[in-house]
Amino acid sequence: MWGYYVALALRSSGRSKALTALVIVLLAFGVAACMVSYAVFRATTSDPLPGKSSRLYVPQIDNLGPSYNWYGEPPETLSYNDAMALWQAHKASRQTLLYPTQWQVESDSPSVPAMTETGDAVTADFFTMFDVPFRFGSGWAANDDAQHATVAVISRHLNETLFGGQNSVGREIRLDGQLFRIGGVLEDWNPRPRFFDAGDDVRPFDDVGDIYIPFTRATDMKKDSTFSYCPTDLQAFDESNWDAYLHSECDRIVAWVELATPADADRYREYLRHYAAEQQRLGRFSWPPDIRLRNLTDWLAFLQVTPRASSLSMLVSASFLLIVLVNVVGLMLARFMRRAPEIGVRRALGASRVAIYRQFLIEAATMGLVGGLLGVALTLLGVWGAGALFEPSIARLVHADTSLIALTVLLAVAATVVSALYPTWRAAQTQPAWQIKIN
Amino acid sequence: MQLRPIVAALARHKVATALILLQVALTLAVASNALFIVATRIVHLSRPTSTDEAHLFVIRNGWKLGQNAARINANIRADLESLRHVAGVRDAFSSQGFPLGGFKDDIIQRLKLKPDQKTTGLLVTYFASDEHTINTLGISLVAGRNFRPDEITAIGPNDKVSPACIVVTRSLAHKLFPDGSALGKTVYLTDGPAVIIGILASLQGAFKNSGNLDGYTVLVPTHYLDPEGVVYLVRTDSVAMKPVIAATLKALQERGGLRIIDPKAGVVTMAQIRERAYADDHSVAMLMSILSGLLLLATAGGIVGLSSFWVSQRRKQIGIRRSLGATTGDILGYFHAENFLIVGGGIVLGALLALLANLGLMHVYELPHMPLYVPLLGALLLWLLGQLAVWGPARYAAKVPPVVAIRTE
Repeated sequence: MWGYYVALALRSSGRSKALTALVIVLLAFGVAACMVSYAVFRATTSDPLPGKSSRLYVPQIDNLGPSYNWYGEPPETLSYNDAMALWQAHKASRQTLLYPTQWQVESDSPSVPAMTETGDAVTADFFTMFDVPFRFGSGWAANDDAQHATVAVISRHLNETLFGGQNSVGREIRLDGQLFRIGGVLEDWNPRPRFFDAGDDVRPFDDVGDIYIPFTRATDMKKDSTFSYCPTDLQAFDESNWDAYLHSECDRIVAWVELATPADADRYREYLRHYAAEQQRLGRFSWPPDIRLRNLTDWLAFLQVTPRASSLSMLVSASFLLIVLVNVVGLMLARFMRRAPEIGVRRALGASRVAIYRQFLIEAATMGLVGGLLGVALTLLGVWGAGALFEPSIARLVHADTSLIALTVLLAVAATVVSALYPTWRAAQTQPAWQIKIN
Repeated sequence: MQLRPIVAALARHKVATALILLQVALTLAVASNALFIVATRIVHLSRPTSTDEAHLFVIRNGWKLGQNAARINANIRADLESLRHVAGVRDAFSSQGFPLGGFKDDIIQRLKLKPDQKTTGLLVTYFASDEHTINTLGISLVAGRNFRPDEITAIGPNDKVSPACIVVTRSLAHKLFPDGSALGKTVYLTDGPAVIIGILASLQGAFKNSGNLDGYTVLVPTHYLDPEGVVYLVRTDSVAMKPVIAATLKALQERGGLRIIDPKAGVVTMAQIRERAYADDHSVAMLMSILSGLLLLATAGGIVGLSSFWVSQRRKQIGIRRSLGATTGDILGYFHAENFLIVGGGIVLGALLALLANLGLMHVYELPHMPLYVPLLGALLLWLLGQLAVWGPARYAAKVPPVVAIRTE
């Protein structure tokens, strides 16, 4: 019977071409708008470390007091003293401290000029915690951190520029004039978003840095973070007195901990609270403990990584689809009621109401399928044009894959069938007797 | 025009009427908010920096390591000397930031009116400047004077920012001294007092989203000796900046061993800076416009479709009316009036929904209250759209001949 119904659907569409075309085009646009918005939304809310994101946490301790809170939240970074306290307590199975910074890079080859490169000062666990892939060599060990080793890990891109892409493990580069031995070269690694050091200065969809050195060595070199938040009237602090600056309440360090189970997370939260209470008791804080422990997913939501344009377009597209559906209900009603005599004849010949339902729902599904296919074409067009509408660092993440296409068609068919429910019910209520009477 | 028969006829087709009404209402609610967002974004990104943007570019000059403050001071003086003599350059100066350049640690200050003021000072942006700044940026003084060459000091990031004199913008002057007497008065920066010797018409600060900080800009007469680097702002004579940029870079390369300028991001024009700063607003405005346009088209299409259907259902009634003496004008008027009524009903509901949606959006998105004229304008637009959409089906209806009344089909 299905083939018969589809044939009926096609024939009746031929008779009311304009209405059918209108339904299909409206559906295609409505579904395409939703799917393009969803593609962008999906790109900006993607989980950079699926499978691990619920086990990685960011601790926050308020060391500046409520008068420095933004929207009731403590600062996103920690002060050096608090970061070292957490580090030495070692209450998590794995932990890392890091901050973004930049160096002047020189290599022995005279053909490569000096450049300024960005990167992060990190600890040994950084590479294992974030599943950072290596091309040559590896990260450093925990005692390299303890010994303030002059070892560096560079990106593949920097390796190409400096050493022509060869295995450069063991060779040397100068960072800010100091000699560093290369311990490892990374594979192409670009987590989307750049979650681990995202803050005011680092935009979430920027490329990651090219150089990683031990946190302890960077501190020795008096390298400051590219962004530090200091509680003085003047936002900058006198950095000529490095020791005073280091032990001040300026917040510049991000801490990440790995906690396997929620129970571990609760225990760590308790530890943070206890630590903050201790600082209050010692007179360093004059406010009650204000701490946070967010996992990676919540952290990204907190940082509002999804750009406004994306969430707004989702909202408006969804409303657009809703309005299109209301439209389609009316147009379907028009199409079906026009065929009242035909329905009357079918019913008089013995078709049950269920048969009428089947016929019209299949007709709706067929129109939905055609609309969905047109919608796929429009979606691909929209994804291709996303570059003009969204900033380049996000637009290059937007891509159409089979799941998006399948979802487009599914959405179109589902939407059409749902909007056909009421018109179908009305059509099925047709009284055969009224229709076959001679007027 | 008898409205009662129209309403009575509509009451017989409740569902279809309700559908068009609902559609118009939702369209008004969504489109008025979307277009309001577009308007707020456009206003936001049209704010002028007050500088001569078409002729300005910025060189981000990093210093090679190991140079002390005296060395950097000499570098900057030599660089500015050679930059100002490059063909095509009108003027240049050095600074630690520039309008729309974004946040840095050392770009804001707090101003107080009294040295012992208890409340926190007013947050302002400051730019290191010299006597060429006003000419380079293309801004104008409305009162007072420019800096003199002997007033330009040289400080580093760890030195105290306490110039003897400063130039402020008019809005800042009014904020500090509402009675208009700012010229000659002393204000207190974090590290010391400064006399206001000049007032600018306006100059935008470094942030694009700053709210009250915007427009409160201070020029501090100093060369900024940051061992990391300095920015040079250059104003060209003509709008064709590429050759001048190349010439300035060549001039700086003569002492190239002192500096690192990134080949890709080292030089930006004011236009590029503006684009990058407002990229998000631009994309929101474009998106909302496109979606609103599609929405209005969809509504128009829906009205056309349903009206045509109604006309085809009512051929008999139209024929009867025509045979009883109605003219084509009467039939046209009937359908236009009917559409006006339905859309009117939808608009009333839609305006309410629009205001509710605006309140909801204000929670999740920084949006001001939507003024009432926005949904009213939207209402007018939808009325017009509805009338245009029903024009075709109405003309088709008016062509129905009276003989249809007596035909039995």
